[in-house]
Amino acid sequence: MAEEQNKDLTSQSKSINSIPKTYKNYINGEFPRTESGRYYSVKAQSGKHIANLSLSTKKDIRNAVQAASKAHAFWANKTAYNRGQIIYRIAEILFGRREQFTNEMVLLGYSREAAEEEIHACIELIIYFAGWADKIGQVFGSVNPVASKHFNFSRQEPMGVVGIICPETPSLLGMLGLLMPNMVAGNSQVIVASKQYPLSACTFAEVLATSDVPAGIVNIITGSKSDLIPSISKHMDVNLLVGDTSLDTDFQFTCELESASNMKRVCYWESFISLDELNSRPDETIATCLDSLKDPYHILYVQEVKTTWHPVSE
Amino acid sequence: MIDRIPIDAVGIQERVSRICTRSIKKESKLQALDLALRMIDLTTLEGSDSDGKVRQLCNKALRPYTKLPNIPSVAAVCVYPNRVALAKKILEDSSISVASVATAFPSGMSSLQIKLDDVHYAVSEGADEIDMVISRGAFLSGEYARVYDEIAHIKEACGSAHLKVILETGELGSLENIRMASDLAMKAGADFIKTSTGKISPAAIMPVVLVMLQAIRDNYNSTGVKVGMKPAGGIRSSKQAIQYLVMVKETLGIEWLHPSLFRFGASSLANDVLMQWVKEKTGRYQSLNYFSND
Amino acid sequence: MSQMKLHDQSDRSTQKSIPIDWSYAEAPENTSHATFLKSYGLFINGSFTNYDESQSFNSINPANGEVLYRCTEASEIDVDIAVKAARASFEGEWGNFSGTQRSHYLYRIARMLQERAREFAVLESMDGGKPIRESRDIDIPLAAAYFFYYAGWADKLPYAFPGKSSKPLGVCAQIIPWNFPLLMLAWKIAPALACGNTVVLKPAETTSLTALKFCELLQDIGLPNGVVNIVTGAGKTGEYLVQHPDIDKIAFTGSTGVGKLIQQSIAKRQISATFELGGKGAFILFDDAALNEAVEGIINAIFFNQGHVCCAGSRLLVQEGVAEKVIDLLKNRMQHLIIGDPLDKNTDIGAVNSKTQLETIQRYVATGIKEGASCYECSGSLPNSGYYFPPTLLTGVSQSSTVVQEEIFGPILTIQTFRTTDEAIEKANNTPYGLANGIWTDKGSKIFYVGSKLKSGVVWSNTYNKFDPTSPFGGYKESGKGREGGISGLHAYVKLVNNGGMN
Repeated sequence: MAEEQNKDLTSQSKSINSIPKTYKNYINGEFPRTESGRYYSVKAQSGKHIANLSLSTKKDIRNAVQAASKAHAFWANKTAYNRGQIIYRIAEILFGRREQFTNEMVLLGYSREAAEEEIHACIELIIYFAGWADKIGQVFGSVNPVASKHFNFSRQEPMGVVGIICPETPSLLGMLGLLMPNMVAGNSQVIVASKQYPLSACTFAEVLATSDVPAGIVNIITGSKSDLIPSISKHMDVNLLVGDTSLDTDFQFTCELESASNMKRVCYWESFISLDELNSRPDETIATCLDSLKDPYHILYVQEVKTTWHPVSE
Repeated sequence: MIDRIPIDAVGIQERVSRICTRSIKKESKLQALDLALRMIDLTTLEGSDSDGKVRQLCNKALRPYTKLPNIPSVAAVCVYPNRVALAKKILEDSSISVASVATAFPSGMSSLQIKLDDVHYAVSEGADEIDMVISRGAFLSGEYARVYDEIAHIKEACGSAHLKVILETGELGSLENIRMASDLAMKAGADFIKTSTGKISPAAIMPVVLVMLQAIRDNYNSTGVKVGMKPAGGIRSSKQAIQYLVMVKETLGIEWLHPSLFRFGASSLANDVLMQWVKEKTGRYQSLNYFSND
Repeated sequence: MSQMKLHDQSDRSTQKSIPIDWSYAEAPENTSHATFLKSYGLFINGSFTNYDESQSFNSINPANGEVLYRCTEASEIDVDIAVKAARASFEGEWGNFSGTQRSHYLYRIARMLQERAREFAVLESMDGGKPIRESRDIDIPLAAAYFFYYAGWADKLPYAFPGKSSKPLGVCAQIIPWNFPLLMLAWKIAPALACGNTVVLKPAETTSLTALKFCELLQDIGLPNGVVNIVTGAGKTGEYLVQHPDIDKIAFTGSTGVGKLIQQSIAKRQISATFELGGKGAFILFDDAALNEAVEGIINAIFFNQGHVCCAGSRLLVQEGVAEKVIDLLKNRMQHLIIGDPLDKNTDIGAVNSKTQLETIQRYVATGIKEGASCYECSGSLPNSGYYFPPTLLTGVSQSSTVVQEEIFGPILTIQTFRTTDEAIEKANNTPYGLANGIWTDKGSKIFYVGSKLKSGVVWSNTYNKFDPTSPFGGYKESGKGREGGISGLHAYVKLVNNGGMN
């Protein structure tokens, strides 16, 4: 079955003499190879080798965090309207590449139906969050009626650099569910992609590269969680970690323990769906997942509340 | 000519509130009451002022309260120009000065010549101090040079008499204007700057006085000249007076706690100070029935 | 235009000179109505346990160094009993109350605090060393205000979280510091109770008194047993509380160091935690600011509560052109600060909270001087006994100085200059902390520009150290997680569930 799908892909590629793609990290708008020089093989369910993916290490995390940190102010200072437009543009580009995503997901074991369902949900999710960009402050900001002659207001502001640790599956929706609130929030991110199903993340990098998202705002790293989680949670220039509730408890422990080094915020959202479930009940599982991810409070949790005071006088 | 200095009214009010939390008790209160009495410009500025009224006022100024020894006299009496001669005659042998309002008081709405004549007349009648009003209309329409020149000319006309410049702060619209008018008056030669005529409400209020004291301090720091301060109107209680003294002390230092540099323009304050004084001495709260009106 | 004339001043000197040396007489606050016991047990399940001499500690009056009262140090077993009482109450009576009922209790607490405000103010000053002016005018009225504010939320929670319903978390472990004992208690207890939680609170070991008196007040209003439990003790007691397996929430206010330890110790536990930690706030003063008010702002920013304020504006960044003038004005203003007996109504600067803290401050100032800082202190003598430190300016410091980098938690202001707006922002943000900063300028657009770039939870523009129950407070970066105050303050004490049908 998997072989058949592989064949499909191969036959489609015949006209360009079947060039398998090299999947690389996405850092600062570029696609560098891992500094470690090491790779791991991503295999189809059949066990057949599909591609070599970067087995990144702390140096790649360092580079990505550096890029994210440097780019942050640029993204944070964009108007909410502009951020919303840029995010909406992601959905447009993603839509145009949906076949590519579908094929890759199928290659790694998704049913075509599940893959299509998930991609559809992703587009819906992106558009949903794009629309929040210029509304979140209106819903959750406040003018506070203090008991003195001061004007006092609280608004949400970006938190800074976020480490995002993706669930294994759903391979695209899981990542976007964690990414989108952060993008809307104005954060810049370093994403640790799904280890076993990384192709969606890598291809999403191509979407970003051809969209209007400025370089460095989203950085995507592949590799082993046991290498990457400790180094990202120890990094002193990362302000927040967002993971999925399915994250292995040992990794969660690492995140929470190491985050104390600079009082990183840590939050977990629920998006994990096993591939079996996805394939057996795509409509239902994706709909539930989408419902739980379409939560504006996720934006709130990755922002800081800033309260400003000013006297009121003649 | 004069810089506009930003002032935040809320910040000023906060400082004032903090000053008002000072608790002045026991001997420091007696000292303050003594001082307050010595600083009063006992004032009558009514169209109905007669010789009789002025005579009473002067006697009160000389002997505020005869039932206790060591009660000091007030600093000055303040009257209209045509009452100066009488006041001067009654107070001849005392240390009490005679102050006269002048310059088309209280509105100042006349020509410079008439204002100068007014001053010359008051001085020739024997006034030791002249309380002039600035042209608020000119000030508010930005004719700062005109206001400055007027003050400078009047200062000249005063001769040896001290010049108090009334800003009429209740008409100036903002603390920033008040600060600017203070700076302008000092630069033009004022010996004292004074808040109000007493004819406009609000008259002396603490935020305004604080701003004026700050202007005096900054002027002293840059020129070395000590200009005096006179809040006038609205100060009726000893408690208020003491709060002003605290403000003076904590803004300008104790050097300014002297009648030559600080005055209260008031009429009913004197009796309240006396009542408090007696209360401190006897432990009994007092009734106005026991204190002469004027 | 006429020439400016410097008029003759000589006639002044001929006037009869009146010798004046007017200083304020002592004005001690009456303490007769503020009674307290010589020793206290713990407050668990609505009543005080017996004071236990074998596990007790002294609370010192920092104004004279003498023992004020003694407290029981809660053991692991005591903490367990307290948590169990809170759990029972959460699952029983309190947990079943409606928001309206909870709100009525909170209103009564607020009212009672207002009625007994002076008594609490006196006790707060005796126990912690803060001037009565502050405990009377700020700490206690604000504590009551927080109870009022959150009392009103208890029956309006459905309006606080659009699209969500809220549920209480359960038993909240709360640990508060010694700088604002009753106020911090109010910040913690009021929102927790409003949201339907129960509480085990540990006051700081040097300032337990108002928390214990607060328990009397709870008994007077008839708050159900177990809703609020107070366990006194030091770090060890705090550890027992934080590590207790049956708590649902930790709210900690204190040092960043301890905050990090707590964060580490609760890793792996599904437990909600909020932190209010240290700070190193910058007070950015531009040359176009209202300088007199700014100087008063600096006094409030750094000398409020002896500088024992996490959000203190401890770093003055002043634009070069006005630096000299500002420092002159500041020194002049400092000469009018009165340092001494916390119970004197005229005292501006009271006692440093403890001997340990006094030594910390002394050490920092010594380090500052060693690293090249010049030191200017308020003149005037300090009381002979007790723990006092004069308001101090440290000039000639730079961004790399220890005293600029680290939180001192005392009346010590470092002064640096800057040239451009961006330089000021960079210096202000160049710290692991991010609690509060101040901006002083007359230019509105600059306030919004600088304010949006400062990485801190609070931005005070043309004012400093203002607090209000409606106003969220809390830090970026190592200054904490979460907010206290306002609607944001409710988030810390609820779990949210979807109302459904939102999308």
